[in-house]
Amino acid sequence: MTPRRQRMLSVAIVVIGVAVAAGFALRAFNEDLLFFYSPSQIVAGEAPENRTFRVGGLVIDGSVEREPGSLEVRFVLTDNAHDVPVSYSGVLPDLFREGQGIIAHGQIRPDGLFVADTVLAKHDENYMPPEVAESLKEVHQRASGGET
Amino acid sequence: MIPELGHFALILALCLSLALAVFPLVGAHQGRSSWMLVARTAAAGQFVFVAFAFGCLVWAFLHNDFSVLYVATNSNSALPIPYRVAAVWGAHEGSLLLWVLILAGWTLAVATFSKNLPERMGSRVLGVLGLIMVGFLLFVLMTSNPFDRLIPAALDGNDLNPLLQDPALVIHPPILYMGYVGLSVAFAFAVAAMLEGKLDSEWARWTRPWTIVSWMFLTLGIALGSWWAYYELGWGGWWFWDPVENASFMPWLMATALIHSLAVTETRGLFKSWTLLLAIFGFSLSLLGTFLVRSGVLISVHAFASDPSRGLFILIYLAVVIGAALALFAFRAPKVTTKQGFRLLSRETFLLSNNILLVAATALILQGTLYPLFMDALALGKVSVGPPYFNSAFLAPVLPLLLLLGFGMHAAWIRQDQQSLLKRLRGVAIVALAAGVVLPWAVFDSTKLLTVIGCVLGLWVLLSSLIEPLARLRDGKRLTRGLVGMSVAHIGVAVCVLGVTITSAYNIETDLGVEPGETVTVGGYDFTFQGIRRVEGPNYSADEADVRITRDGEFVAELKPQKRVYRVQKSPMTEAGIDGRMGRDLFVALGDPLGGGAWSMRIQYKPLVRFIWIGAILMTLGGGLAASDRRYRVAVRHREREKEPVGVPAGEPA
Repeated sequence: MTPRRQRMLSVAIVVIGVAVAAGFALRAFNEDLLFFYSPSQIVAGEAPENRTFRVGGLVIDGSVEREPGSLEVRFVLTDNAHDVPVSYSGVLPDLFREGQGIIAHGQIRPDGLFVADTVLAKHDENYMPPEVAESLKEVHQRASGGET
Repeated sequence: MIPELGHFALILALCLSLALAVFPLVGAHQGRSSWMLVARTAAAGQFVFVAFAFGCLVWAFLHNDFSVLYVATNSNSALPIPYRVAAVWGAHEGSLLLWVLILAGWTLAVATFSKNLPERMGSRVLGVLGLIMVGFLLFVLMTSNPFDRLIPAALDGNDLNPLLQDPALVIHPPILYMGYVGLSVAFAFAVAAMLEGKLDSEWARWTRPWTIVSWMFLTLGIALGSWWAYYELGWGGWWFWDPVENASFMPWLMATALIHSLAVTETRGLFKSWTLLLAIFGFSLSLLGTFLVRSGVLISVHAFASDPSRGLFILIYLAVVIGAALALFAFRAPKVTTKQGFRLLSRETFLLSNNILLVAATALILQGTLYPLFMDALALGKVSVGPPYFNSAFLAPVLPLLLLLGFGMHAAWIRQDQQSLLKRLRGVAIVALAAGVVLPWAVFDSTKLLTVIGCVLGLWVLLSSLIEPLARLRDGKRLTRGLVGMSVAHIGVAVCVLGVTITSAYNIETDLGVEPGETVTVGGYDFTFQGIRRVEGPNYSADEADVRITRDGEFVAELKPQKRVYRVQKSPMTEAGIDGRMGRDLFVALGDPLGGGAWSMRIQYKPLVRFIWIGAILMTLGGGLAASDRRYRVAVRHREREKEPVGVPAGEPA
């Protein structure tokens, strides 16, 4: 092989390799994008079924129910306009508390129950997940906008 | 009074850094020796004043000076003394001051250890470091002054975030910053070479040890962070593909590529533009990391203090630094490139693949990290990119990288004979293949394709790294530190790969509700919950469970996981109980009371998880050996003698 051909070959191998890697990565990328929906969006039916996504809101005071001795927990998330019931089985994060903003990760069932496989609460007492803060703000704006 | 002195010292340091930025660069441009002489003095003075300012902040913490806002928000009179020192870098302002201190330290180190650099080159390197310093000191003084007063003074402080009250986190930020900031030295060398319009093997020989040393700190810092997340975040994960982790991992990947590219530049005088580009990107990514962590644009488990106006400052700074460096690159890179041939099968090709694959991995991680930001900015919805993406995006380039690594170590420069390479590696390949398929099956009873691939590649790299040093020992030939360092670092990679593979495949994780006296079995171990009691710490109270672990009736360990509530911040914290052995970790984290005396617990069995961190330590060690190789120590004499042609036989470290 002439050096020129050799160079072309190596360039070709590199290009093909990178293209294949990029292809795989993009496919994985589309499958692994996690969308965020607020309780209002879920109630309005905007959230997809059979696909994992994230929901965030405030845990309603007094809504946390637990069978004694069981890991099953149920609670209700709200954005102050609409509510979504959530069920979760497992150890809750340290900062999970009623009234706290949290994010749950899972799928919605046809009957409207959100089955979470992960529950996230930020490790900071005054923390509000940005998405939750924003969806609360939106609801608030809509409410005050309606009055004036 | 002391805090004001600290503030004043910072302003003086800024004046000196301005001098350091202006005089040497202009002096080097116009050939004025007296101006260039300013560099070393200014570097030393700058370090003294920054260190003094840092000392003042430490003083304020040790003496509980709650009239300083930063101290009042991050410390408490009940905080143990070592954590008061750690609290200095527990939040934004202090950690930035630490960053500045470390940058001043690196600058001083360059000024001290580079006396053998040609005058103009040395001045330029120090001048560029001075420019970087000016930006950071302005940032500290304008947006994040740690010495701001709180009037009236607080009676007591708000305490340090409980998550940060941990020995690993006392040293994690300084070490990681040593790595981040160390990349600025490679960057400064690259910019200086472009200003100089000259880039040769000698330049690579100066730059390489600095790059390796900062890479070592990055490696160690990342490993410490992962170790901290493992036992302190409480849930036994060792890597989350969290934006902040990615922010430290991307510069590491770049630095790794840079070290290898420098090898080619040093021995063969090739890949010069690559090397320059990697040096620029490495430092840019560590600046980007700072931006991501500090601006609050990303949601992260580690993103503590954050503030958008600071983000804007860093973003502008980032744009200026990258923009200027790339513009310079566009004008000057064509000047330094050389054309020399090499065959397709040669060490050059293997190192080129290394670079391309590492850059590809970085690009894919960058895409996943920044994508949510773009989507949000364009109002296309709120998304986050999950770990599955990062896993596959990272594995796609890294698996071929590991395969090629085993070959590359044995390839000769310029051209390598195919037959002799295959002959040399045949035995190792067969052993790695056989053991990689059989061992996981034999030990754990089941296996998957990806597990087999991981084990085979891990063993392949491990065994391949051993060939050359062992052959030299057998033949009684000399072992250079460069060669041993390369082998040890690559063995570290292999150990890390094996740890990741086995832990990911055979980790058992269960959430259980257990009553006192109840025994549960996980991974062949019996965990008995013996009860719970109340314990009081210096600044927290905790529920402590007593879990006794036995295997086949024999005592293994007694773990005492805690659920702490810190008194000042009122936040609960999980302290996991871990029984760590070389071969496996047993991990118990305490959840919540479930009523009736029962508690939820997360129990995990993690085989070979320690290999991940041991691998990182080996890499660091290897880096240390390579950076202290004789050829860097005797570089002075080399330069004085007439330049001799560099002939490097196959298998010589590079």
